[in-house]
Amino acid sequence: MTMIAEKPLVRIEGLHKYYGQHHVLRGIDLTVKQGEVSVVIGPSGSGKSTMLRCINLLETISAGRISVDGQLIGYREVNGRLHDLKKKEIAAQRREIGMVFQRFNLFPHKTALQNVMEAPTQVKRKGEDFARTQALELLDRVGLAQRANHYPAQLSGGQQQRVAIARALAMEPGLMLFDEPTSALDPELVGDVLNVMKDLAKSGMTMIVVTHEIGFAREVGDTLTFMDGGVVVESGDPREIIANPQHDRTKEFLSRVL
Amino acid sequence: MTQAGTSTWAPERQPHSPASDTEEPAPHAGAPVLNNPVLNNAVPVRHPGRWISAVVILGLVALMLQSMVTNPNFRWEIVGTYILDVKVVQGMGWTLLLTVASMAIAVVLAILLAVMRQSDNPIFRWSSWLWVWFFRGTPVYTQLVFWGLLAVLYPKISAGVPFGPELFDLSTSSIITPIAAAILGLALNESAYLAEIFRAGLKSVDKGQTEAAEALGMSDAKIMWRIILPQAMRIIVPPTGNETIGMLKTTSLVLAVPFTLDLTFATNALANRTYQPIPLLIVAAIWYLVITSLLMVGQHYLEAYYGKGVDSGQAAVAVNPAAARAAAAVAAPQQSPGTDLPKEEAK
Ligand SMILES: Nc1ncnc2c1ncn2[C@@H]1O[C@H](COP(=O)(O)OP(=O)(O)OP(=O)(O)O)[C@@H](O)[C@H]1O
Ligand SMILES: [Mg+2]
Repeated sequence: MTMIAEKPLVRIEGLHKYYGQHHVLRGIDLTVKQGEVSVVIGPSGSGKSTMLRCINLLETISAGRISVDGQLIGYREVNGRLHDLKKKEIAAQRREIGMVFQRFNLFPHKTALQNVMEAPTQVKRKGEDFARTQALELLDRVGLAQRANHYPAQLSGGQQQRVAIARALAMEPGLMLFDEPTSALDPELVGDVLNVMKDLAKSGMTMIVVTHEIGFAREVGDTLTFMDGGVVVESGDPREIIANPQHDRTKEFLSRVL
Repeated sequence: MTQAGTSTWAPERQPHSPASDTEEPAPHAGAPVLNNPVLNNAVPVRHPGRWISAVVILGLVALMLQSMVTNPNFRWEIVGTYILDVKVVQGMGWTLLLTVASMAIAVVLAILLAVMRQSDNPIFRWSSWLWVWFFRGTPVYTQLVFWGLLAVLYPKISAGVPFGPELFDLSTSSIITPIAAAILGLALNESAYLAEIFRAGLKSVDKGQTEAAEALGMSDAKIMWRIILPQAMRIIVPPTGNETIGMLKTTSLVLAVPFTLDLTFATNALANRTYQPIPLLIVAAIWYLVITSLLMVGQHYLEAYYGKGVDSGQAAVAVNPAAARAAAAVAAPQQSPGTDLPKEEAK
């Protein structure tokens, strides 16, 4: 569908994550090329959210490395030793990565338009007029131009999630992370959100999508990764894996969700 | 909640006039369209208990009012003489000033203390904790006496390097005047209570809000100021209004400093001079009630401001997913024919 460059945009190598004694990620390797839609599936508790959250440093990385666009995430390497980045530098890295949450997390005291304008005006210091024009374009793109002045509580879940996508896109990120964006939605609202994501994929955005929507993985995904127990069990072409899973755990999981 | 309840029911949505009926689209295509439904007009449940209790309460109030008007010991004519007395009105002004100034300082300190309390820096956390422990743990009266006596304890205030040279020094009594001591004493004490209210407010905001803002690359200060605090204010304003009204009356303790211009002191002085304590207590009570009422009006507007997007009637409807969907289904075709769907589907 879209052009996928050979250049890897995201490279995760040997990623481990501990919560205290709890070893949640046990050596994850994952590469996502520029323009690729990488779909991640796996049972509850397998560490999918944790992996995504490590990519934009909502969680600290216990071991391993993540780089985005050739830049090491969270650290600076000096003479073979890693040094923590300052908060400011971390914020700068996050600006390049958009994230969409399962529970939308819109700012409830701001209208849809203000939600989308917040980061461009406050982080990128764009002018009010520029940011408004851009925000209205983005809201139009997700089909919500008419709802610009509604507060989140006045929007349905599906509409809120689309505003959340517009809000992330307003920072013009090079990478978008989706953590089960449709899991909190009523079934009839899922389609609108998936359509917005499909459009985004067509426009060439690099995306990592954690989801239980196997149909979306098959139709839009360029690669499918199945995680279980904090490791990648198998990874490859979505259509092949769904039609012909190689591992028992994948088979069992797919038989439950399909 | 009652607003939410009524607005989800059909009778409100189905106007009586046939003109607007035609504008109202059927919620679901294929469902039978009832243009002239027979309204239910149900007989509401009777509440005889409410009527009985109302009669009893109104009766008691009437008795009380009658005794207040007819009992000559209240001396209402003296209340009338002194209610607008210069000393009394000035006292009211000073009391208001003490309340507003000390609350303003206390709010600023409380925000600082609450933010420090949840900081990553352990020194900040501990100093905030210690401050609250001390100022909440000692009587405000004692603290006011202490600030009044500061000039005795430290006759000079000087700044300089510890054990090194002095940069300047001033006499304490020229800085810590009685009014300054009174405001400082009230503010520092109050900041400890408010800090806990603010801390609770900050904690009440969902962690997802911070994460969403962090994911956008916002700085910690911006996240606090633009995302967390405005939402926390919804929780913070009502108990802070309570504290402000409490403070209004705590100001009468500034006698301890001693500061002797506030409302209670002024009316007490007049009472002692005229040997009429009861009417002057009434004068003070009336003014306190007037200020309290004004503060309550202010609180109402603050609550409305910080509740926007969350506390409105519409928002209450949206909290109930079924109701929200029903409302969306009715509203969507009216306001935005077709445009509500993502482009994909619109094609
Ligand atoms: N903050 C935390 N502290 C301790 N343990 C955590 C924390 N967050 C997650 N975990 C644990 O880490 C494991 C992986 O969690 P994670 O949320 O990444 O799973 P997931 O694959 O996203 O699951 P789901 O499909 O339910 O969202 C779980 O066992 C969870 O209990
Ligand atoms: Mg998850």
